Amino acid sequence: METAFYIVAVIAVLTTLRVVTHTNAVHALIYFIVSLLAVAVLFYLLGAPFVAALEVIIYAGAIMVLFLFVIMMLNVGREQDEQERAWTRPGVWTGPGLVSLVLLGILGWVLSEREQAPVQTHYVGPEEVGIALFGPYLIAVQLGALLLLAGLVGASHLRRHERRTVMSEERPDTETRETKPLPGGRGGAG
Amino acid sequence: MNPILQSFLLIQGVLIGLMTLAGLLVWIERRLLALWQDRLGPNRCGPFGILIFVADGIKMVTKEDWIPPTADKPVFILAPAIIVVTALLSFAIIPFAPGLVILDLNIGILFFLGLSSMGLYSTVLGGWASNNKYSLLGGLRMSAQMFSYEVFMGLSLMGVVILSGSLNLREIVEAQAGMWFVIPQFLGFLIFMIAGLAETHRLPFDMPEAESELIAGYHTEYSSLKFGMFFVGEYVGVTLISAIIVTLFFGGWHGPVLPPFVWFFLKTSAFIIFFILLRAAIPRPRFDQLLAWGWKFILPLALLNLIITGAIVLARGN
Repeated sequence: METAFYIVAVIAVLTTLRVVTHTNAVHALIYFIVSLLAVAVLFYLLGAPFVAALEVIIYAGAIMVLFLFVIMMLNVGREQDEQERAWTRPGVWTGPGLVSLVLLGILGWVLSEREQAPVQTHYVGPEEVGIALFGPYLIAVQLGALLLLAGLVGASHLRRHERRTVMSEERPDTETRETKPLPGGRGGAG
Repeated sequence: MNPILQSFLLIQGVLIGLMTLAGLLVWIERRLLALWQDRLGPNRCGPFGILIFVADGIKMVTKEDWIPPTADKPVFILAPAIIVVTALLSFAIIPFAPGLVILDLNIGILFFLGLSSMGLYSTVLGGWASNNKYSLLGGLRMSAQMFSYEVFMGLSLMGVVILSGSLNLREIVEAQAGMWFVIPQFLGFLIFMIAGLAETHRLPFDMPEAESELIAGYHTEYSSLKFGMFFVGEYVGVTLISAIIVTLFFGGWHGPVLPPFVWFFLKTSAFIIFFILLRAAIPRPRFDQLLAWGWKFILPLALLNLIITGAIVLARGN
């Protein structure tokens, strides 16, 4: 069990490093997916199967697909590889790298100072997660829902605006007759 | 018997059974389509033409395995493997009969949903790595389609989870001893079936490969065994969706007289044949129609189903 934990943890760290250092966006993304899957396995090993499943379904399965969708739309090719390589010259990443190293050192120091507690694998099933989310943390769930609703309304608004401009561009003759509403166009503020 | 040996034999049995079934399904599908379209179909090779899948296999293995020089080679090779692995892995949680399950997982439904969303990468990455505009369009369509239909695929299953009080497929089947969940959850069943069709990108939802518009969509550049893997992945996917429908809505192995496994097999076969019939019966919609229909009609319906089911269970509980 513990061996499995360390193997998966090493995989997670290595793949995440590759995500940062890779110049090809899609390859970096595949490493990212593997890294997320490794983190899901870590959650499972620590006794949180529900969180592990959500990690796979939401992060690796849904959000990464959106990333991939955008990368495919942008058509990144060899030129972008070159550009990426030019951007990640040693001079660019030494500063952030040194700062991160200091953080890593502090983390290691803090961990070594503390008493070495054995890994407590308290099993947390789906029911417990649900009771916690819709009991004491209900307000957080509702705030999250509100945030998502705001995003949804924003996206819908952007799309609507775009449709109206496209329609007016397609029909130059309707521009001259301003008083007549566009056929199919929804009235009111847009 | 030794439990490790037992589960090893079970895994081997399921794998061999599925691969054979995927091969046989090619023949079954072609014969059935021919029957419904008043043709004969493949009937030359062996009795009733059943050996056609062997001939297909030999053809596929001996063809030239070509990788386009402009393709992204590692991703191009990786893509077809993903769909086969995820589709086969999903069968680990399906209870074929009492005690006959590879992995009795307490988050079974989530395991299935997670693997089905992983399977998406196969077609999307395959389409991207081919470096071909038709493949790319197929891959883009696939990602948009799966992303939309995955949302209410999960939502439609929540009614079953509320009724059975478990995410474990074995417990869900046991909860259906009195009544199959298709009766109280008919809406959920319909929605899940539509989402399952979109998920396996079979006709009428095969926009990612739409032959009439995109040549063959995401697998235009694939040949030989790599194409074969996409093919096997598709048929295993159809079998998987049928098996999940049977497990969640049609009582799994429950049934009178006949042994449990036979019931499971019969019910699953009926759904596979129904999917083939759908292919013969319904034309392909336009892509934007598919997405608009999914988001504006089916998603609200799935939410409504969830709310009503929850309300009824809550009222009865009190």
